[in-house]
Parts: sequence; structure tokens; C-alpha cells
Amino acid sequence: MNAKLRAEGASRTGAGRRAGLLAVGSALALATIAACSSGTGGSSSGTQNGFKPAAQTGGTLTVWVDSTRLAAAQLYQKQNPNVKMNIVTYDGDANGSNYLQTKVSLFNRTRGGWPDVVFSSQNNETSWAVQAGFTAPLNKGLIPDSTLAGWATGANAPCTVNGTLYCLRNDLSQTVLWYNSKLMKQWGYQVPTTWEQYQALGEKVATEHPGYLVGDAGDTFAPEIYLWAGKCGANQITGPKAVTVNTTSAACTKMATLLDALIKNKTISLSSVFSSDFDKNDASKVLMLPGPAWYGGALFQGTFKTPAGQIGVAPMPQWSGDTAPSVGNVGGGTWLLSAHSANLKAATAFLTWVTTSDDYQGKVAPGYPAYAAAAKTWLAGQAASGYYVGDIAGPLQAAANQVWPGWGYGQFSQEAIWAATVTPGLNAGKSIVSLLPAWQSAIVNYARSDGYQVTTS
Amino acid sequence: MSAATTNQAGAPRSTRRAPWPGRAGHGFVAAYLLLLIAFGVVPTVYAVYFAFTDGDGGFSGLSNFATAARDFRYLPAIGHVALYLVFWLAALVIFVVGLSLLLHRLSARGVSRALRFLYYIPGALAGAASVMVWLFLLDPTVSPASFLLRALGYDTFGQVIAPGHLPILFTLIAFWTGAGGWIVVMYGALNNIPHDLIEAARIDGAGAWQTARRIQIPLLRKWIVYMVILAFAGGTQLFVEPQLLSQASVGVAGRDYSLNQLSYDFAFQNNDVNTAAAISVELLVVGLVVAALFVARSGFFDAD
Repeated sequence: MNAKLRAEGASRTGAGRRAGLLAVGSALALATIAACSSGTGGSSSGTQNGFKPAAQTGGTLTVWVDSTRLAAAQLYQKQNPNVKMNIVTYDGDANGSNYLQTKVSLFNRTRGGWPDVVFSSQNNETSWAVQAGFTAPLNKGLIPDSTLAGWATGANAPCTVNGTLYCLRNDLSQTVLWYNSKLMKQWGYQVPTTWEQYQALGEKVATEHPGYLVGDAGDTFAPEIYLWAGKCGANQITGPKAVTVNTTSAACTKMATLLDALIKNKTISLSSVFSSDFDKNDASKVLMLPGPAWYGGALFQGTFKTPAGQIGVAPMPQWSGDTAPSVGNVGGGTWLLSAHSANLKAATAFLTWVTTSDDYQGKVAPGYPAYAAAAKTWLAGQAASGYYVGDIAGPLQAAANQVWPGWGYGQFSQEAIWAATVTPGLNAGKSIVSLLPAWQSAIVNYARSDGYQVTTS
Repeated sequence: MSAATTNQAGAPRSTRRAPWPGRAGHGFVAAYLLLLIAFGVVPTVYAVYFAFTDGDGGFSGLSNFATAARDFRYLPAIGHVALYLVFWLAALVIFVVGLSLLLHRLSARGVSRALRFLYYIPGALAGAASVMVWLFLLDPTVSPASFLLRALGYDTFGQVIAPGHLPILFTLIAFWTGAGGWIVVMYGALNNIPHDLIEAARIDGAGAWQTARRIQIPLLRKWIVYMVILAFAGGTQLFVEPQLLSQASVGVAGRDYSLNQLSYDFAFQNNDVNTAAAISVELLVVGLVVAALFVARSGFFDAD
């Protein structure tokens, strides 16, 4: 483009040059526009596996992963040195950063550059990626049904659009109650089974052992831990473009009131568990921490470096009298296969390996694998590691089937909305209960701007 | 900014020395012109085209502008940017002029050179990198200035980046990254003021303050206008600071803060490039109108 411009410019002189360059400029602009709007004519090969694949020219397999999943891609490369891989790390779309969507939208415009396989820490990617034509359908021939049957029940629900599977779930992130067994024993506390007991214990800790924590609400996914588990209908996705939002229901207010009480007596921290502040001041003072399955490996073992033999897992507390136990879910991650891949065979092989293999999911992955067989190996490995106290498999397996189904995955990021509307208020000393209406109107606004039909009762 | 300074410095030299007057100058400008067309003119034309068409390329009148104006983030974003501009332009004019006058007075004492270099260092860092530095500075847990933050009553990053603080924080960051270059430019302009003029003022009994107020600042006026025009255009396009802060704070502060971010959201989250282009065209028009106003009112292009 530059070369052409230079040649044109050099051949003219004086006043004519400016006009000439302008002409070239606008011609270029038009050419670019034309190039972008045309170009629907692709390869002549027909539809197979439920979509129209690109010409299979092979070449390098480009894989995008976040820093945690880097180990998976590297392990695959080590085991399969013949596969030419280009491993790219990115933020994994964490906290609803939309990095992947931004890039894919640019790639769609430039008609090239898509990665073959992508890991995302978000479960809502299909809400835009299917429409953008980025994801390949997986259950139309690419991956055999016998393999797909191996996932935990409902694990791939966030990946399914109108019966077609567009991604594979990496791990389940059902919430449980993590607790420090050593401290509990030392102080003679019982692990709470109801939220009422949980709150009572929080109030006890505040007076008997100030500085210690029974929970954390400083992360963008705090609503997914507490309000999701408490059956708060903030995010009831009822159709591909329909959502029901009610953040001021009794269920929401009840849980918010509990959180407010414990935030006030400082047994629930408002620092993100990943912040330098938490790491420095709070990490060694965690008595209990309701949170997802991956807290064990990623937080206690990896970030806080809590010594072995202290951390145990209990079922998430429930409201007393509630006969249908419910837990929340924080992410869990999905793997997407590009419909534009020129390397479908290698890409599918990697995708299958990374989601199902015992070598990675069973033995290396920090989170509870969504693929059932790998989950078994994973649980056995966790038990054998001797890091945890008592049985962790039971509570985790039970919780995997108790994720409240009333919370869905829309295109708008609930995490981003909570961060922008509720967190600043909390930092300024407001209560969650008082922020619930503002939270609702923010969800409604963002949902509408993404074209959702919003119901608010 | 830097391109403009080279032009200013290069022009008189070429008229004095070159055997074919203007040859070298045209060569330099041509290279710049190529880049201007490739990365300035063409994208602008492209954006204008997008702003007035719909997704299928058909003419859509002002509907993209209407879509943008109806969005719930639009008016707050205008408010944010306007408030930021007030802080940013005031800080820039007052402190840049003040510091360069100070530097100029110090010149005899040799400290000036060291200070000029010091002021310029942050500007030499790439935009995003210098913002990253601030993300550390603003977190009381890791900040080297944490004692200051704590003295002000802020113990956590979340308290520092409360919504009400953002205009001031962004002004601090932008001033730190951008003002150094302007101080050097102003200093150069001050050196261009004939020495006998200052000398005459001193003989007439003018002190430092009177010299600055009656001679130096009036003679700097065009430079100040020039700075305000560019800073205004840059300020309305506020993007890097809130965007990075938003990522660093995992979305607590700075998301959808400025018009440019809204435009970015439209393009990449809502897949609506046309409305995104409409917002950027609005920014272009505002920048042009304000520049025209300043140029007209200040006699910017009048010969000395």
C-alpha cells in the first residue's frame, strides 16, 4: 500500500501532487471498503460436519490459551513434537474483558488470522461467537457422540445453541465451602451447614478472632458465589435474546443482607482474592471461603501457599428449611474450535486431547474437569496428594449436580456489570442491599444494548 | 507534537542553506504526508463512510448518530470527558507555562538542562507503558508513594480509584506522560524571545513576575493556543488511561468512561462499527470546531 502511494506521489509535482495524493487516498479508501464488503466467495468445497470448512491446507496449529492453560498446550506439544504449534497466551477473556470477541471481529473484517483453537475462561462465548461465524459445530461429525457423552451432565449446556454444540467445557466451577480445618479445630468451631450458622459463626469470629475471614466479596464474581447460590434471579436467560432480571427479590435481599452484616464486621473482605492487598494482609487469615472448585488448586495451593494438611472442603451452606440445595458457579472455561481452521484434523485432535485426556485434565489441571472420566482421575489425584484434609471428592461431586439452573450466560458480562456498578459503592461503604436496584438497572441497560428482550419481574 | 517541532525548526534552516530552496523540506514533508494519508486521511474517510451507512453499506442518514445518542452510556461519557478536559487543560496551561518560565529563569544556573531532561523522560515512555507505571503508583499495597495515599485516607486500590477521583487521576497520568514534551517546546519558544526585549524590561525595573506577565506570556500566546488545540483534541479522545485502569481494576473503574471507549464497545462488543464510526466522527467535528475557534480568535496564522 505504501509502495504504491510513494510511486504515485513521486511522479507528480507542485500543486497537482496534493490533489493526486488525495485522489489516491480516496481510491484506497474505496478499495478497502470494497475489499471488506465483498469476499463472500470462499472455497468451493461444500458443507460437511455441519458447516462449510475452509480449504484444508494444514500448516501451523495456532492455539490461544490463558496463562493457566499454557501448561496444557505445552504438554501437548511435548507429547506430539510432530505437530507444528503456535501457542499464544492472552488474558483468557477473564472478567469479561472481551479480548477474544474484539480480535475475532477484527479477523472477520480482515478475513484472516483466526486461531484454530481457543481457551476462554468465560462460559458465554457462544452468545456472540456463533453469530460471528467463528465457532465450528462440534456434534455434527467433528467429535463423535460417544466422546461427547463423557461430559458431566449439563456441563456443556453453556456451549449448546439450539441443540448444536459450539464449544467444550474445560472445568466445572461449582461452589463449595473451603475452610481451614486446623483453625476450626483449634478454636472449636463447627463447619456451618446453613447460611444462618454461617452468619452466626462469622459474628463469633468477628469478636473472638478479629482479622480472620469467613468469606470474600471483593471479586467481580462475588455475585456468582453468593447470589447465584442463593437463587437470586439476576440473570435468568430465558432465550437466545431474552433475559429476566430481578435483583430485589426476597432471595436476593436475604443473601445481600447476610453479606452486608459480615462485610460490616469485617469477616468478609472487600479485596479481590487475587489482589496484592489480599495476598499481603488476608491470605494467612482465611478461616472459611465459599468459592468455586478451582479455589483449592489455584488459590490455596498456588497463590496463598497455604501449607498442606489445613484446607478442607464442605458443601456450600443452604438456607435452613430449603429442601432444594443450590450452589453457584464461577466460570469454568470453554474451548472453542475455529470454523475457519485450515487444520481441522489437528485442531480437533488437540481439542479432544485437551478436554478429555487424563494426562492433562486428570493430572495437571487445577480445576475440576468437566469430562467425567478425567474428573475421577483428578479427584483421586487430589486425595492422593495429601494436600487436603478429609474427603474432598464427596462435596465437590455433590455440588457439581446442584448448580442452580436459574442463572444463565448472556452476551453481557455479569462480572463486568457487578464490578462497575456494585464494587465502587461497596468501596465507598454502601451496603449491597442498597445497591441492588442500581445493579438491576445496570443489567437491564447492558442487556438492552446487546439487543436482549428484558423482563424485570 | 514532535513532527510539528521539527517542522518549525527545519523551515528556517532550509531557506538559508539549500541550493534549491525547499527541496529538502519537501522531502521531509512528503514522508510525513505519506504516513498522514495512510494513517490519518484514509481512516478518517473510512470512518465518515461508515458513520453514514448501515451494516449492509446503504446510506442511513443520521441514524447511527441517533443510536449512539440513545445509548445509556452516551451522556455520562460526555460528562466524564468534559470534566476531565476542564482539569486537564487547566493543569496543562498553568503548570506547563509556569514550569517553563521557571526553567528559563534557571537556565543561567545550569540546573535547567537536568530538569528539562527529567521532565521529558516520562514522555519518552510509550503511552501505555507510562500508564502502567501509574497502576502501581496508585495501589497502596505496592506503591512507593503509599505513605501519601494512606495519609490521604486510602488504604486499598479500590478506594483510590473511586469514581469521583477519576478525572483527577487521569489528569495526573496524562500530565505526567504528556506535559514534559510541552515544557520543552515552551522552553524553546521562550528562548526565541529576543534577549534585548527582556533586557529592556529589566532596565525599566520589571521583576521576574512582571517580565513573565507583560512580556513572556503574551509572546508565548500562540504556542499556548497551539498546545491547547492539540491537548483538547487529545483529551476528547481519552482512551488509554481509562481502558488500562479498567483492566487493572478488573472493570471496577474506567469501563465505558470516555466516548472513545464507548465507540470501542460499539465496534467490538455490539458489532456495530457504524455507530462506533459515528461517535468518532463527532469527536473529529468537535476537535475541528474548537481548533477553528481558537485559531480565529487568537490570530494564530497572522504573520509576526
